[in-house]
Amino acid sequence: MKISFAHIGYATMAMERLLQDLGHEVIPPLQPTANTFSLGAVHSPEFACIPFKILMGTYLEAMERGADALLSAGGRGPCRAGYYGEIHQRILRELGHEPRLFFFWPPYQVPLDTLKKLNGLRGKTSWLQMVRYIKKAWKMMIALDDLEILSHRIRPLETETGATSKAFRQALGYIRQARTLEEIEEASIAGIERLHQVPQDPNREVLRVGIVGEIYVQIEPAANFFLEEMMGEMGVECHRSIFMTNYVRHDVFSRHGDLSARELAQPYLPLNIGGHGQNSIGDVVRFAAKSFDGVIQLAPFTCIPEIVAKSMMPHLSQELDIPILTFFIDEQTARGGVETRLEAFVDMIWQKRALRNAGSRSVFDRAKIPGDRGLAPVSSR
Amino acid sequence: MPKTIGIPRTLAYYTFFPLWKVFLEELGLNVVLSRQTNKNILEMGVRDAVTDACLPIKIYHGHVADLKDRVDYLFVPRMISADGRSTFCPKFLGLPDMVRFSATDLPPLLDLEYRMRRGRFSNFLFFQTLGEQLGYPLRQVSRGYLQARRVFQAYREWQYAGLPPEEAMREAESSGRPRLPAREVKQHAGLRIAVVGYPYVVYDPFINANLLQILKDAGCEVWTVERVADSRLRTMSRQLKEDLYWYYSNRVVWAGLHYLSQLDFLDGLIHVTAFACGPDAMVDKLLELESRDRGQVPFLKITIDEHSGDAGLVTRLEAFLDMLKARQRPGLTPRV
Repeated sequence: MKISFAHIGYATMAMERLLQDLGHEVIPPLQPTANTFSLGAVHSPEFACIPFKILMGTYLEAMERGADALLSAGGRGPCRAGYYGEIHQRILRELGHEPRLFFFWPPYQVPLDTLKKLNGLRGKTSWLQMVRYIKKAWKMMIALDDLEILSHRIRPLETETGATSKAFRQALGYIRQARTLEEIEEASIAGIERLHQVPQDPNREVLRVGIVGEIYVQIEPAANFFLEEMMGEMGVECHRSIFMTNYVRHDVFSRHGDLSARELAQPYLPLNIGGHGQNSIGDVVRFAAKSFDGVIQLAPFTCIPEIVAKSMMPHLSQELDIPILTFFIDEQTARGGVETRLEAFVDMIWQKRALRNAGSRSVFDRAKIPGDRGLAPVSSR
Repeated sequence: MPKTIGIPRTLAYYTFFPLWKVFLEELGLNVVLSRQTNKNILEMGVRDAVTDACLPIKIYHGHVADLKDRVDYLFVPRMISADGRSTFCPKFLGLPDMVRFSATDLPPLLDLEYRMRRGRFSNFLFFQTLGEQLGYPLRQVSRGYLQARRVFQAYREWQYAGLPPEEAMREAESSGRPRLPAREVKQHAGLRIAVVGYPYVVYDPFINANLLQILKDAGCEVWTVERVADSRLRTMSRQLKEDLYWYYSNRVVWAGLHYLSQLDFLDGLIHVTAFACGPDAMVDKLLELESRDRGQVPFLKITIDEHSGDAGLVTRLEAFLDMLKARQRPGLTPRV
């Protein structure tokens, strides 16, 4: 089977390793480019959200490069993403492709269906061996997220612009080469050390901004114009609310989602409305409780749960005294526009901080609030 | 002085209003509806609602703004599920919260969860809780519920017989269930068009630029989602591998599939959708692909937005109707 899948941030690497281990020929998905955006937009419904369009483009590019099977996943209502597999497949068929599609839903909701699809992916590997491979891919995901979190912390302190991003890419390279569990462990340590070698100014005052919103545009840097790098180079420490690992923990290995975020959202939005709508609200409350300087909400245009969340943002911003900036991203959004708005936002929160005159506050405040992975890498706990 | 309860005249109103109204009136409350959607309501809605919301949600906010100063309570139930099989669109799920945080100076909201899921009595439980909240004894509540359900049943039947919602409501209240023989298809000289879409888009003449009337004036016979029997919808649902997740969307897709299979009967299918409607991105693609696969019934998609002038819509409709007419006389159709 020549298999390809959706490009989803740096976790793509772990997925690729898993499928290779299972003995498939992997057509690694390319990081989405402007070309992917427009290719996807042409063949997608007008009001489908940007992840749908990017995935459409990614799939079409993979089909051109010879893929005959695709792998993807989504929730199961009320957000639209769970139905994307079906629609993608129909559109691909209309365009003359006949890929085999493995579309995973949350395993607790459809256990039999999940096992069936896993069995299809398994090939000649034994179940036990497959579990081992999954475990290895999981370790790799953790290593990748650790690196990314660390890079978000170091980037605003770097003395030479771009040094962190360069080191981060090298560190990713180490992990890409790792094949066994031990090698992954070693690569992870080497990567962390490499990042720490970046020349830093530890006394620099930085802003702390939380990022909430829809999972795909948060995790895939190409979908948010490398927002964290942009912000980091403006001297802002980003704390993203969703990483691949905490998503898998909350929504794949458990049936409840992020309970702490859901609980924090209770007074504002008492019901799970699908996607990450309720999480966005809960995470804003959490970031405000830890006196962050601001929050950025990232969402695809027409994303239903995030629109509901956005309608409450002005109220939250006032009540919790935290500036919130929302980006609705679609194929028309350009990097320049995002950057300008970000600069203005960052200027504004600098002024707000000056007004509050909280210069003495420690930047690495380690308040223990459950579920937040933005503050410390997993391996350091 | 009985309390007044305001009900916005849009969204779930088109499906459930008789049930709510009769129940509340049986309790001796005064039910006030917002005005018919008009320019003013649209403007108020656009002002209050979050910018990225779809047109129907903005209009809902407008109806709330129209009502809020003249009622004691606003009835904004949290519609979660109506058939136990699917939920409503996430915007319906978050509607009371959206309204609460977007509008100002609101009267108290009645935002009970409407969730038809746990067995057959859940419908009654909703009304029991509502009655309790308003302070009425169980006996009165039960009587009100039974009466409301009777009228609601009649309303559904009148709709099935082909009356638009407002007329069906009047008939259901004044004359009860329709006494009709089994529905027979009459000969009709003009075109037969199925218009599928959410009831709050199809039946609101303001937001769809009076689409149904235009079709009727052009001599067409119009068929809608409500004119397909529930049993038939369930049959059609088996043609899809997987249900959609939303109540109204499912009904539209199933009704669409039903009409697409009525080759001898139907001349064309129109899907009406609102700008930036999330679920419709899926619904519309499904219908488009299905109609293309079957290649028999012409399909037109109409998107309406908050500033659509009638002219563009009318032109597209006329072109569609002309094409359908040409198709009826095979000699005139160019072979493609």
